[in-house]
Amino acid sequence: MIRFKVNGKEQTFDGDPDMPLLWYLRDVAGLTGTKFGCGMSLCGACTVHQNGAAIRSCSTAMKEVSGTDITTIEGITPMHPVQKAWMEIRVPQCGYCQTGQIMQAIALLKENKHPNDQDIDTAMSGNLCRCGTYQRIRAAIHQAAKELA
Amino acid sequence: MNLIENVSRRGFLQGVVASGVFVLSARFVPEPLWAAEGEAAAPAIEPSLWMSIASDGTVTIVAHRSEMGCGSRTALPLVVADELDADWSKVKIDQAIGDPRYGEQDTDGSHSVRSYFDQMRLVGAAGRAMLISAAAAQWSVSTKDCATEPHFVVHRASGRKLGYGDLAAAAAKLPVPKKEDLQLKPKSEWRYIGKESNALFDLPDMVTGKAIFGMDATMPGMVYASIEHPPVLGQKIKSYDDKAALKVPGVQKTVAIDTVTPPHLFKPLGGVAVIGDNTWATFKGRKALKIEWDNNSPHSSYNSDAFRKTLEATSRQPGKVVRNVGDVDAAFAKGGKIIEAEYYTPHLAHVSMEPPVAVAEYRDGKVLAWAPTQNPQAVQETIAGVLGIKKEDVTCHVTLLGGGFGRKSKPDQVAEAAVLSKQLGKPVKVVWTREDDIHFDYFHSVAAMYMKAAVGADGKPTAWLQRTVYPPIGSTFNADAKYADDEMGLGWNNLPFDIPNHRAENGPADYHVRIGWFRSVANIYHAFAIHSFADELAHAANKDSVQYLLGLVGPQRIVELDLKGDEAEDAKRYPLDTARWRRVIEMVAEKSGWGKRSMGKGRGMGIAAHRSFLTYVATVVEVEVDNKGQVHIPNVWTALDAGTVVSPDNIRNQFEGAAVFGTSLALFGEITATNGVINQSNFHNYQLARMNRAPRHVDVQIVESDAPPAGVGEPGLPPFAPALYNAVFAATGKRVRELPLSKTKLV
Repeated sequence: MIRFKVNGKEQTFDGDPDMPLLWYLRDVAGLTGTKFGCGMSLCGACTVHQNGAAIRSCSTAMKEVSGTDITTIEGITPMHPVQKAWMEIRVPQCGYCQTGQIMQAIALLKENKHPNDQDIDTAMSGNLCRCGTYQRIRAAIHQAAKELA
Repeated sequence: MNLIENVSRRGFLQGVVASGVFVLSARFVPEPLWAAEGEAAAPAIEPSLWMSIASDGTVTIVAHRSEMGCGSRTALPLVVADELDADWSKVKIDQAIGDPRYGEQDTDGSHSVRSYFDQMRLVGAAGRAMLISAAAAQWSVSTKDCATEPHFVVHRASGRKLGYGDLAAAAAKLPVPKKEDLQLKPKSEWRYIGKESNALFDLPDMVTGKAIFGMDATMPGMVYASIEHPPVLGQKIKSYDDKAALKVPGVQKTVAIDTVTPPHLFKPLGGVAVIGDNTWATFKGRKALKIEWDNNSPHSSYNSDAFRKTLEATSRQPGKVVRNVGDVDAAFAKGGKIIEAEYYTPHLAHVSMEPPVAVAEYRDGKVLAWAPTQNPQAVQETIAGVLGIKKEDVTCHVTLLGGGFGRKSKPDQVAEAAVLSKQLGKPVKVVWTREDDIHFDYFHSVAAMYMKAAVGADGKPTAWLQRTVYPPIGSTFNADAKYADDEMGLGWNNLPFDIPNHRAENGPADYHVRIGWFRSVANIYHAFAIHSFADELAHAANKDSVQYLLGLVGPQRIVELDLKGDEAEDAKRYPLDTARWRRVIEMVAEKSGWGKRSMGKGRGMGIAAHRSFLTYVATVVEVEVDNKGQVHIPNVWTALDAGTVVSPDNIRNQFEGAAVFGTSLALFGEITATNGVINQSNFHNYQLARMNRAPRHVDVQIVESDAPPAGVGEPGLPPFAPALYNAVFAATGKRVRELPLSKTKLV
């Protein structure tokens, strides 16, 4: 039995310990804001926080989740300045990758209060957006950083 | 997810009127608002098809086009709301099911706003007229003395006001005005159309994870399925062993699906489906399957290197003439300076961030499906065909699409879910992996182009021959199709250049994978060849590329084209106007500081201008090639004329995105096959532009225009690759004639 927290609530899991956290969240817990994109940590659509740090849930097995705090996009309440900036700059097109982008950006701003473009590129280049919203993502992160300052 | 029952129009409206709601409902009573083109004219307007107003004032507008990131689900309801004079904050959007009575629903070809702008205005205007009539009757005044402000009808003289919700019940009982009696707002009174304040309706849900994509759809009691498809198109199962797969925790069973036969249409590919309790179990179970495939597929000898040689050889032979002006052969025979060049572009995969996915239930001879589809009517037709039921017995609900780019116009995965559900007797959710998505795409076609020009003393061409060869999209629908008859309008038979002798040709090619629509379609390779070649001629003439391009486009005129069918219809409303083509070139040259900025070593700018989906676009790309030969893109400038626009900020987003999408295909994109098997599988070997390789800054200028609306989702893409390659030439002196650039060493 694996014990852990999701969005502050205690959870247990006694299924396949190799199951990636992504599929636990989506198929078992019904938290579908975390997205499947590649299954190989190549696209970042599945990004969540483990003890506050950004991880790829598609490549994190449930056995590695034991005893940790997981936060998904549904656990970001009330609306975070990053999400507000995403709305003001109107980042999304299709929107599918954006929850992963937002989780990555929130983690970045926790580590680095004033990222420059280079810092943002380094932190965000693991998150693909096929619609191509990178310019707006960068602008939104700068705006959220100002808001948080 | 709620399951919608069909309610008869009459019963539904009675219930609604009794409860004091002006309704309408669309999805329950879909009938054409006005007859689609070519059909008999419908006698009356039915705004009820498209919107409803509840007694609390909530206006519900139906979106009958799919949302895949281009904004049509927001744009068309905005147009209705504008003419209705609704308060946008009181508007809800209801996504239509697939139903031919809505007209055409395939969200492709960048034509949602183009085709439905006028109709949506009339829908809103009809509703507004009925609300005004209802208020005027209540006040016993003339409708002429009434006006609207958002969500209210106002009596000008007395200042009395009635809210739309209060008027809904009375308005619902009024006759629908005739189309010719409707008054549309003048542009000066538009509140939403063309305004910067417009944002996607789904934006709040998208940033909070509440947005429901196909990947998120569920049905009670459903099982999951993941399918091992034949590695080579058309391969059949000889035998398979599922013992190990069935031991994987959560795996329930396996189901074999017959291998597809041509024409492939949107039918299931075939293979072995692993059924399980959750997605992960089915993925894991698949890895434990042992399948022996036969070796009889005609496509098992498909090798990209050899195929390229075949295409190129064909491109050097005369092909089918698709446009002819003057006599190129006579002009070439006169001698003078002859310039030839050959261009090559590989297959591409769409890789929308959401892989193909669908959930469907077969029950009592009917199918209910939820899918991220660009074309819910194709879902109905495909499932009906595959299962031998009536298409009216297939109900397709449309979720948000996590990207589409043309892939999701082909609903083969929805058909898989329906086929499996029929066998299993319960709802089935089919989830494709990224590897499935890349291996089994309906690929953007591989293409070879041959170009030849005779150049006069002034450096301008006196003759221009262009030949293009690629397996056509038509091969997906007719296995014998070898010519790209339906793709010639995509930037090949409509060149606006002012050249006395011009011939465009198309040569034959066989298919070996499923070929399909991909964002901007054949415009990508056509524009790459044409606008690279134009730049080659500019440099051969030792002329500035922008000035040379303006010379090629020539004086202001309407270019006469010999077109047929839909293209001829389009040309009436959207004549090919070189003044608009010139304007975007001049605009982008001005904005980019063309010719005025000093470029250091390894830096250069390139331009290309292309019209697709009836929108004129000129793009300048600036590159910096570092000492390792890596290409960086500090700046992109784009100017576009799409006629009347609904949401300018969304259009800028589309064109910013096109520059990134263009970077992906220009720098990295290549799908290849070895013995019929696709070599790429995920984002490590089919790379997309990441933030650190994408253009640093993209500037988008929109021409102010009263012309009818044209496309915005696709037109940004075609000029990007040639502009980038022309910039690489300016920076390095290397003329590269094939995509992607990563195959060529620049230093």
